[in-house]
Amino acid sequence: MIRKLLLASVIAILLAFGVLWWLTIPEIVVAASLPPHKPDLSNGHEMFLAGGCSSCHATPNQNDHNKLGGGMALKTPFGTFYPPNISSDAHDGIGGWTEAQFITAMTEGTSPSGEPLYPAFPYTSYQHMTAGDLRDLFAYLKTLPAVQGRVRDHDLRFPFNVRRGVGVWKLLFLDGAPFKPDSTKSAQWNRGAYLVNGPGHCAECHSPRNAFGAIIESERFSGGPSPDGHGGIPNITQFKLKDWSEADFVEVLTTGHMPDFDRVSGPMREVVQNTSQLTKEDRMAMAVYLKSLPPIEGSPPPKKK
Amino acid sequence: MILRTILAGLAVSLCVTAVIAQTDPVKTRENLMKENDQHAKVVVQMMRGQQPFDAKKVEAAFAQWADTAKQLPGLFPKGSEKGGDNRASPKIWQNKKDFDQKAAAFGKAVADNRAKAVASLAGLKQAVAAVGKTCDSCHDDYRLSKR
Repeated sequence: MIRKLLLASVIAILLAFGVLWWLTIPEIVVAASLPPHKPDLSNGHEMFLAGGCSSCHATPNQNDHNKLGGGMALKTPFGTFYPPNISSDAHDGIGGWTEAQFITAMTEGTSPSGEPLYPAFPYTSYQHMTAGDLRDLFAYLKTLPAVQGRVRDHDLRFPFNVRRGVGVWKLLFLDGAPFKPDSTKSAQWNRGAYLVNGPGHCAECHSPRNAFGAIIESERFSGGPSPDGHGGIPNITQFKLKDWSEADFVEVLTTGHMPDFDRVSGPMREVVQNTSQLTKEDRMAMAVYLKSLPPIEGSPPPKKK
Repeated sequence: MILRTILAGLAVSLCVTAVIAQTDPVKTRENLMKENDQHAKVVVQMMRGQQPFDAKKVEAAFAQWADTAKQLPGLFPKGSEKGGDNRASPKIWQNKKDFDQKAAAFGKAVADNRAKAVASLAGLKQAVAAVGKTCDSCHDDYRLSKR
């Protein structure tokens, strides 16, 4: 009797693993599905700025934002991530990737070798970008200098260091949806919505997350604790910012100054270094969209002892 | 004899209570910063033409900022690292000398630009830009972001 039970349990466990394995087979974009495209490098540059690639991937301890050798330590509740080298180096960076592989990484969170990428890389937002914009961005990245050297592996706690598990996370939290414009709103609002929710990935910092590290959808943009444990990230919905005009939002994205001349702090300063270089039209579009965010209180911060 | 002892004890405890209430550094520095902010809002509104230039209000702002700069270095004793809505970064205690220098730079910028600020709107704009730089240089390194 016990032997039968044991056998049944072993088979059940093997079946479960098999199903999970099958469920987490990575999605990839196939090269043949991409129509011919002439890259627009100035659009690629705009996407590079809006996407904030250099904020995570620039080689630390130096000032050139175009040197994307990776290696900056990103402390989170799951452990420390080390963003990889995404320079144009063919061996240590992404210089040898195809367009399809780049699009797959950005929209499906899968690497060219078929492994899932950790969502500390915010493909949950980048997935909303159009193939055209991604191809322009890829072309632009390849014009930046090659940097040699691979980056060390992430330093994550068990079970987060089991990469295949991210496949399950993606099933639960990656909807694979491209950006859907709202036909009741202006072109400017839609451009802002695209920039903020796609390349801008603003909600990735400005939202609270659940125990699995996924954004709590109903509280998007209402802020949260800083992932490295020091300080907090503000609520940017109209619950907190109803006194801000669209011009105030543009000012923050341009100089980092808020209406009382105080300046944004921490990682937001890096963001402003990028957004300040976006076209005025794009900053205004983002401002229009951000001003329209419905007020969401979100969960209050935990009481300090 | 007993009455005198009781009265003496009462007097001492009253004094001690008063002293403790005065010396909660976390509350004091938070209030100073909040007041800094109130004055900054007024001054920025003048710069944007949202309220008329008023030399008295500008003077009040600069006076309060000068006072803040003087008090700051003494408001971060060891043991006051946590508490309240504290945005003080642990780096302050790791680099206290540098923090104190930045507070001094703030005080100097306020003093150097006070006359110009009170004189005209154009002067005010230049003055606030100069003072603002010293606010930023300290905040960038020593103030935590907030929820």
